[in-house]
Amino acid sequence: MSAFAATAVSRVRSARQNVEIRRLFACVFGMLVLALMTGPSGSNSAPVSGFTGSLFHPRVLAFLALGVGLWAVITAQHRWGEAIKRTSNNVMTLPRRVMPDRRVRLFVYAAALAIAIILPLHVNAFWQDVLVDQIGIYVLLAIGLNVVVGYAGLLDLGYIAFYAIGAYSTAYWTGALPVHPPMVVNAFWAIPFAIATAMLAGVLIGAPTLRLRGDYLAIVTLGFGEIIQIVATNLQGVTGGAQGVIGIPHPSVNLLHIHYSWLIDPLPYYYLLLAFVVLALIAYSFLEHSRVGRAWTAIREDEVAAESTGINVLKYKILAFAIGASTSGFAGMLESSKISFIEPGDFTVQLSILILVLVIFGGMGSLLGAVLGAAVLQWFPWYLREHPLFGFQDQDLFIYLGAILVIMMIFRPEGMIPSRRRKREIGLAEHGVGTADAMSGSSSEIS
Amino acid sequence: MTTTVDTTAATVSGDIIVDVDNVSLSFGGVKSLVEVTLNQARGELLSVIGPNGAGKTCLFNCLTGVYHPQAGSINFYANEGRATQIVGRKPHRVNRLGIARTFQTSRLFNALTAFENVKIGVESRQHTGPVGAMLRLPRTRKEEREGDARAARLLDFVGLRSRANELASALPYGARRRLEIARALGTSPQLLLLDEPAAGTNPAEKIELATLIRRVNNELGVTVLLIEHDMGLVMSLAERIIVLNFGRVIASGTPSEVQHNPDVIEAYLGAPADEEDDHHVPPDAPDDGAE
Repeated sequence: MSAFAATAVSRVRSARQNVEIRRLFACVFGMLVLALMTGPSGSNSAPVSGFTGSLFHPRVLAFLALGVGLWAVITAQHRWGEAIKRTSNNVMTLPRRVMPDRRVRLFVYAAALAIAIILPLHVNAFWQDVLVDQIGIYVLLAIGLNVVVGYAGLLDLGYIAFYAIGAYSTAYWTGALPVHPPMVVNAFWAIPFAIATAMLAGVLIGAPTLRLRGDYLAIVTLGFGEIIQIVATNLQGVTGGAQGVIGIPHPSVNLLHIHYSWLIDPLPYYYLLLAFVVLALIAYSFLEHSRVGRAWTAIREDEVAAESTGINVLKYKILAFAIGASTSGFAGMLESSKISFIEPGDFTVQLSILILVLVIFGGMGSLLGAVLGAAVLQWFPWYLREHPLFGFQDQDLFIYLGAILVIMMIFRPEGMIPSRRRKREIGLAEHGVGTADAMSGSSSEIS
Repeated sequence: MTTTVDTTAATVSGDIIVDVDNVSLSFGGVKSLVEVTLNQARGELLSVIGPNGAGKTCLFNCLTGVYHPQAGSINFYANEGRATQIVGRKPHRVNRLGIARTFQTSRLFNALTAFENVKIGVESRQHTGPVGAMLRLPRTRKEEREGDARAARLLDFVGLRSRANELASALPYGARRRLEIARALGTSPQLLLLDEPAAGTNPAEKIELATLIRRVNNELGVTVLLIEHDMGLVMSLAERIIVLNFGRVIASGTPSEVQHNPDVIEAYLGAPADEEDDHHVPPDAPDDGAE
């Protein structure tokens, strides 16, 4: 009897080992494929150099190590999943438990802000540029998209269009476009115009399309993003066409005793951006925990119930769209006047997807998640670039991002720092309650 | 209140709160409601019963602006006594008029706490806009406090105060039903539509629910229109009953009148020659939940 039990146990054990070995092969193979895909390309003179260059190169070791690491994580999760989950939950809720006190929390935020203020002073000019163009702008964009996707649950795949509208309206009001405005203003005073134009565009595109549910909205916004880019390319007389617009002035303020001009130095832009990010964070976090934010949650969870509870669904969806659009418009204004050059190619659909990835990675519906997600993911490629072991090449960026997103969706679908509500929704969906279809696929049937 | 009952037309006279006149609704070839005429007196506890697929939930969906009937009119008389047409109004605007509802399968906001669920109902009557919310103006904070207090009172009323911070999804069935009623009451309705509130509850919860519905009617003065399959509950609660079958009103009257009405007995038990009545029920989408 006991011998029988022993063989049964050993059989179970060996079956598990089998699975684990197969999984190890899968992980390593996956990483080899990734190494091959992201390695150098071949050329006419040496057609197999792409293959040999990426597989017989020290960088492959880094990928193999990653594969083994991934396998270790998966295996550990299978063997000690519950314990790990408990620990990780403890770790993740640590801030909430350590910071129940409002004052402690405020102190932590103040410290984070202090770091954000001091950090750029201690990095070189290259990283300062990265901090503005690659990280700061995307943090702001992610915060804005978080309102649309995270709060209201609307899948917007054309978010970059509002960024383009902000940029082009800045170009218009500063007189850089072929068509001239009634009065030319300085780029700083173009801020309200850029925000208002983007917001108006958000309302105009939102009013007819937000009646659609889930997938249809995604398609329409995708189309809208493309339309904006194509219009910018083809409407040569108005937008300057494919060559783009040059000479968008830097912003400057001349008001009473304040005279200040932003020039080529990235630091002042960084601080202007930081000020807006902080303002947006405060305003949106108030918004999240207000009547408006709860109405969004209600709509996201069950549109039919929300409607019959007296919530004007369309109004709140348009509101989310408009707030997201205006945030994007401001980012467009700032970036265009910093670079002082824009072209339609700056506003590809890939960027819309990228921003969505940032939000999902950080944790939908979580402001802190949007900020950290954007900061980490945008910093990551620049970091890789400095480490030759990975042999990072720019065109491979989206392969890496895709891989990260896939791994993220398997292990932590709620994102890096999930919002509490979102996390519950996903948890409930796993138990078959409700639709955690993040993108508001809230079912339309009425029972 | 003196009301005279007209059993054939399912209408009463007197102070009317809602007046359904000749309403017909069909989906393609399926006729869900056929020339339904009924009304309800202010303060009355009226029940609509009928076999599965009789069009009860369809009637609710017409009354709340979810469906728009092809023919007929539905007039709602708010306190001032002015008639407002419901057909053609969107659900949230119907709710603003003072008609709240619960759903056959409860549709709570599952990832939110019981308190937040009720507060969303309460807040639909508040005025804080995005700007006020973003700046957290004094008026916003005042409204927030008022909303908290009212939500707490409502949770108290339905007996869920102690579970205020539990997730809606974690509540037992009976509590979910009561929470849905609290959320609906949060919108300050004059007319409350309850769609099978006792479905899936146990006997003890059923008694609690009956008490609650009576209190909503008596203490809060809310007119209640009740769809229910549990005959014990209907007979003990309703002042008047309207019976629907195949989308038509087939009977109405006091509980005892309806109980002895031969048409009703036939509709429920089937005529002797036509036992498998279920198979002839039109596939009334909403009642089957398979829209």
